[in-house]
Amino acid sequence: MLMTALLILPVLLILATLIHKGGSIISAEFLFSEPTNGMTAGGIFPALYGTIWLVAVALMISVPLGVAAALYLSEYAGDNWFTRIINLAIINLAGVPSIVHALFGVGAFVLFFGFGTSILAASLTLAIMTLPLIIVATKESLQAVPHAFREACWNMGATRWQTIRKVVLPNAVSGILTGVILEVSRTTGETAPIMFTGAAFFLPFLPESVFDQTMALSLHLYVVATQVPNVPDELPYGVALVLIAIVLLMNSLSIAFRMWLRGRKKW
Amino acid sequence: MNEKAATDYAIHTDKLNLWYGTFQALFDVDLDIKDGIITSLIGPSGCGKSTFLRSVNRINERLGYVRINGSIDVMGKNIYDPDVELLQVRKQIGMVFQRPNPLPLSIRDNVLFGYNIHMRKERASRSQKDEIMEAALRQVLLWDKVKDRLNARATELSLEEQQKLCIARLLPVKPTLLLMDEPCSALDPKGTEAVEELIWELRGQYTILIVTHNMAQARRASEECIFMLMGKVVEHGQTQDVFVTPKRKETSDYIEGRYG
Ligand SMILES: Nc1ncnc2c1ncn2[C@@H]1O[C@H](COP(=O)(O)OP(=O)(O)OP(=O)(O)O)[C@@H](O)[C@H]1O
Ligand SMILES: [Mg+2]
Repeated sequence: MLMTALLILPVLLILATLIHKGGSIISAEFLFSEPTNGMTAGGIFPALYGTIWLVAVALMISVPLGVAAALYLSEYAGDNWFTRIINLAIINLAGVPSIVHALFGVGAFVLFFGFGTSILAASLTLAIMTLPLIIVATKESLQAVPHAFREACWNMGATRWQTIRKVVLPNAVSGILTGVILEVSRTTGETAPIMFTGAAFFLPFLPESVFDQTMALSLHLYVVATQVPNVPDELPYGVALVLIAIVLLMNSLSIAFRMWLRGRKKW
Repeated sequence: MNEKAATDYAIHTDKLNLWYGTFQALFDVDLDIKDGIITSLIGPSGCGKSTFLRSVNRINERLGYVRINGSIDVMGKNIYDPDVELLQVRKQIGMVFQRPNPLPLSIRDNVLFGYNIHMRKERASRSQKDEIMEAALRQVLLWDKVKDRLNARATELSLEEQQKLCIARLLPVKPTLLLMDEPCSALDPKGTEAVEELIWELRGQYTILIVTHNMAQARRASEECIFMLMGKVVEHGQTQDVFVTPKRKETSDYIEGRYG
């Protein structure tokens, strides 16, 4: 009980501080207008907009890839040295610091593939970074589906794919989605992987395609907090508050969603 | 096709050996299981009864480390022939497990699951499917109990009803052979009796091979009986003969309860 309280306390403190110091600046105006006066005033719209883009494109890449990889590993591939090496690699990849992913992103996507610093390069970097976690979450929820269901299907002559589509996936989808939502919240806050690959310090216009650069909330926070002189105190706190709110919202959404699906699932 | 396999045998095996990795679970199993009757398979725990059943519908293959040699013919066809379609084999053979394993779908979808997979080309209308489902549920004596809640989850039924449903869902694809692996052992006495009665009802329409630990059940409910020990077939004959005048000492020891 005490430990739980100790865990919650920092979260509450952070939130309270942010609301106290930055709450006053939050308004529709703040969310939907552009930074002005050398980023010392105005809103955060381009950064918010950019973050949504970055995360959305990253998900479009990492979710299909990750789910497909997990399906292969858990439903098709047997247990042999090859899959064991792959599994080991996935676990290790999950432990790689994000700055290393950033450097990889610069090398691979910005330079080698020639995407330049762009949303595409940054999202690809984010996708690579979240891929192992999506694979692990998906594999776990696939393996939580009792084996007896698969055998029952096979025995009736269902192919592996029919089994997956009709029985395994519908029962694993809650776990997969929870994993994905958690990933969204993590990706939203990442700064390192995007700052060299596609996120810009300041841009006077919104991105129009995935080949443009963009501003992003996490980087914007870093910039207004440390790089720009004469920023009013409440501005960085306001940005942080928006960022934290998105993360918390996503997390609660995923928890609520999980509980809802748990309640419906009976076997 | 394999000429020597007589077609009045539902299952014919020839020197069937099976290994789980390095562990040999079946030794030179030669069996001729007659078409159209109920055959029971008895033997102490771990003697390979389930293993045998699972090789007949090739479900063991999903385990990468299983190795098989010898041959298994089902209705005169070697099911390990390269030109045999695995899905057609499985369609002919229905299997019932020890623990009822309905799918986490509605009762209706459970009964029609196999049908929807195999008969997609028939394009049956909803009412045709309803008829098929009703016939299957009637045959397992379940229709009256579930007709008002066909959209309820199958996993909410009692164990006895679940097991009957698991039998019902095999019927719409018209299998010839039903394999049952201790179908009553998870049920209470009343459920056991009901399912046994049902199996007896199905006699004549399907060839049934049933594994059981219940001597009385084997005796009551089967026409022929196979006794296995340590992966080998010890005795196979008319149930009456096996129980009353067993030829081998191991058989009488087992029947009188001197094995585990
Ligand atoms: N998947 C498996 N991997 C390795 N060994 C196995 C596997 N399944 C069964 N075995 C072994 O093969 C032998 C035969 O097992 P099987 O399940 O066929 O016995 P059984 O006669 O059905 O026993 P029971 O009456 O307990 O169900 C046993 O020694 C068992 O340990
Ligand atoms: Mg068994």
